[in-house]
Amino acid sequence: MSSHAHAVPGSNYLNNETGLWSWLKTLDHKRIGVMYLFTILFFFFVGGLFALAIRLELFTPGQTIMDAATYNKVFTYHGAIMVFLVIIPSIPAALGNFVLPMMLGAKDVAFPRLNLMSYYIYILGAVVALSSLFLNGVDTGWTFYTPYSIRASSGTIMVVLGAFIAGFSSILTGLNFIVTTHKLRAPGLSWSRLPLFCWALYATSIIQVLATPVLAITLLLLIAERVLKIGIFDPALGGDAVLFQHFFWFYSHPAVYIMILPGLGVISELIPVFSRKPIFGYRAIAYSSFGIALIAFIVWGHHLFVSGQSEMANFIFSLLTMFVAVPTGIKVFSWVATLYRGSIRFNVPMLYALGFLELFTIGGLTGVFLATLAIDVHLTDTYFVIAHFHYVMVGGTLMAMTGGIHYWFPKMTGRMYSEKSALWAFILILIGFNVTFFPQFIVGAQGMPRRYWYYLPEYTTLNQISTVGSWFLLAGFVWVAIYLWQAIKSGEKAPNNPWEALTLEWQSPSPPPLENFEETPTVTSWPYEYRPEPSKA
Amino acid sequence: MVLTLLFEALSSIFMGEALAATVPLQGTDVAGSWDQLYFFLVWLSVFFFVLVVGGMLYFAVKYRKSVAPRTKYITDNHLIEAVWTVIPAILLMVIFGWGYNVYVKMTQAPADAYEVRVIGKQWLWQFQYDDGRTTIGELYVPVNKPVKLVMTSEDVIHSFFIPNFRVKQDVVPQMYTSVWFHATIPGKHQVFCTEYCGGSHSQMAAKVIVLDDQQWLSWKMGRKIDLTTLPTQGVGDDALAAAVERETEAKKASAVGKPGSVQLTGLAQEGKSLMQAKGCIACHSFDGAKMTGPTLKGVFDHDVELADGSKVKADENYLRESIENPNAKVVKGFSPVMPMFKGLISETEMNAVIAYIKTLKE
Repeated sequence: MSSHAHAVPGSNYLNNETGLWSWLKTLDHKRIGVMYLFTILFFFFVGGLFALAIRLELFTPGQTIMDAATYNKVFTYHGAIMVFLVIIPSIPAALGNFVLPMMLGAKDVAFPRLNLMSYYIYILGAVVALSSLFLNGVDTGWTFYTPYSIRASSGTIMVVLGAFIAGFSSILTGLNFIVTTHKLRAPGLSWSRLPLFCWALYATSIIQVLATPVLAITLLLLIAERVLKIGIFDPALGGDAVLFQHFFWFYSHPAVYIMILPGLGVISELIPVFSRKPIFGYRAIAYSSFGIALIAFIVWGHHLFVSGQSEMANFIFSLLTMFVAVPTGIKVFSWVATLYRGSIRFNVPMLYALGFLELFTIGGLTGVFLATLAIDVHLTDTYFVIAHFHYVMVGGTLMAMTGGIHYWFPKMTGRMYSEKSALWAFILILIGFNVTFFPQFIVGAQGMPRRYWYYLPEYTTLNQISTVGSWFLLAGFVWVAIYLWQAIKSGEKAPNNPWEALTLEWQSPSPPPLENFEETPTVTSWPYEYRPEPSKA
Repeated sequence: MVLTLLFEALSSIFMGEALAATVPLQGTDVAGSWDQLYFFLVWLSVFFFVLVVGGMLYFAVKYRKSVAPRTKYITDNHLIEAVWTVIPAILLMVIFGWGYNVYVKMTQAPADAYEVRVIGKQWLWQFQYDDGRTTIGELYVPVNKPVKLVMTSEDVIHSFFIPNFRVKQDVVPQMYTSVWFHATIPGKHQVFCTEYCGGSHSQMAAKVIVLDDQQWLSWKMGRKIDLTTLPTQGVGDDALAAAVERETEAKKASAVGKPGSVQLTGLAQEGKSLMQAKGCIACHSFDGAKMTGPTLKGVFDHDVELADGSKVKADENYLRESIENPNAKVVKGFSPVMPMFKGLISETEMNAVIAYIKTLKE
């Protein structure tokens, strides 16, 4: 901890120490956050290439660029990379690591060494998972359903093991955030003054700590079954094939909220800042995060409506699932109400927040379709489901993440980006997203199943529209990468608080010094105290 | 039900043909109930989308910084928060109840339903009837009578999905699951496998052949049904699929500068149709492409290298053995995953299939 003790005056966390080694052994939450961010963006790029390959193959009903066996591997890697290596760690590990301690007025997370260890565990998980590429690849789909996954190629074990390892990174980050939020809040920062992003990360962390061990156990049982031939999930060995689905979704459904809750937290920060108004319904938004986290644990069975699970179970799970929509609706309505009588600025982060609202509303409403028993029977395992969760995971989480990156970019780098460039990239992404995924609702309702290399020629037009949309998305994200890189290299110097926000991280210089604040801040009001005064800017 | 009446009033206003085309054909009464609920949800979603996104855009424009420099300090409002908690909760309960109601209709088969056994295996559907007959890829059922399928799998999990009937059920090894329907439109209805099952998952298709009373009587008496005379209902148009196949073949032929398709004899033509119906094409290509199984192009009368390194000439007897008992001599580089067709293919069918394979020259 010696480096923590001597911060050179006037230096910041980026230039305090230099060289690759200073990054690899850093205990600074900000540097770890930045390392996560670049690693996650790298995997987003890789997962994105797989997505483009999927869309290109589906440009025609039969073979376009690859055979069925290759296609099955491509969609498996797309799903596994995007879920386990991108979306689950995305906002908590990258933005959360950087922002949470600063929002709390702390010098670092509670356990800086554990934080660095989480990063290396994540890297180890990724390396182990991707080593499967050299073992014939994996074609089980990211859900690893048994008994297929027990008979599939030996590479399956590596991907499952990789997901198992990466899970520990998730658990440890969650634990770190819980303790940090409890113990390291600045003087005066009571729970009722906690920024909503911190509330969302706190709720997320609880799910990470409680649910991820179940995935770990499940994946370990799967490996044990494959290696030791113990009958757990494979009927041929006396196991129960559907049991795996229960275990898997007992984690993976709460994991959906690990993926989306932090995004909801980001939006709750962006909307009041750029509306110059207090967030509407602070308490309701904070509690609804916990409402969602709680319900998350008791709705896994809605993934199994046609699995052969009993009708009574279907009745209960459908009923419980409906209640997810209530706290989610509360959040959405509260965000819209925050805009009312505000003084709205259309800076880039705000554009992403508004774009998020459009996409997340569609994602949420189509979730109600799938919660409805009879409707799900026809729609499950079709492209309707694909469209639904991409609207939530990409339209929701990734839009929030991109908005969050644009919001905290000046703080992280000390530079501003070109807002004009950013506007065009945003438009490309928003249009590209809708063109890619909206047609999938229709083609899914018409019956096209997911994970199909060959599809009926009747579905061609909608698939081609979707593929063209994916090129817009590609162009949009490449554009973002280009202007953000230029901004890092030669952007204008960023002021300490370019958005005139009230949360604590903006009271620190941009970029922040080693231990975040020159002196520990004292909090005297809640973070959304935007009083009606004529705007200064 | 009041809601149903309301829905019908609304649907007459809003539901054009274009909207109806966004869901499959209504092949059963249950499909009709499903569509009512689905379009109710569609319009409810449109309403909430306009409310939320319309409200968002309206506020964003009306209170933009340039025209609204002064804000109003509002932190909450318990009444409106109660409204947007309670009203959605009530609506969701209505949707749940309605959904469960249709679900019960979908899953509770009448006691007098005609039963057919279904076996899913990588990558075909097999159907077993009361009289001992077995078909592959074609499920023969009567129109206007309830039909119940009792299903199981020989290997991994599959899922039996008939879009026109809005029913779907996973097919699980070592257990029985069931699905039922009451088809109202004679003709061919598409079946998909909707639980990912490996290599040729997307080609694991079948057709429900819904027969009118006369055709059903003739099928019961053991006569063959001429499928070419039956219309395709909804998606799964054979003519369209054939057009795509021809286009692909023409593309490939022009790429290598070879002439297009060869004129087939009646027997070979029948063999080709059989191979489509029985699901052979899920894994075997006719054009040299490597799929889950070896291509059949140029295989006849040529040496084939087996997994143990030995060679065997692919004559009629080898082809026959490889169809009836595929694991006896597995081709090098492929896995022993093909199901046994012994007892599932008649001598006349075998002759037709081999006749077609013979036409697939290099």
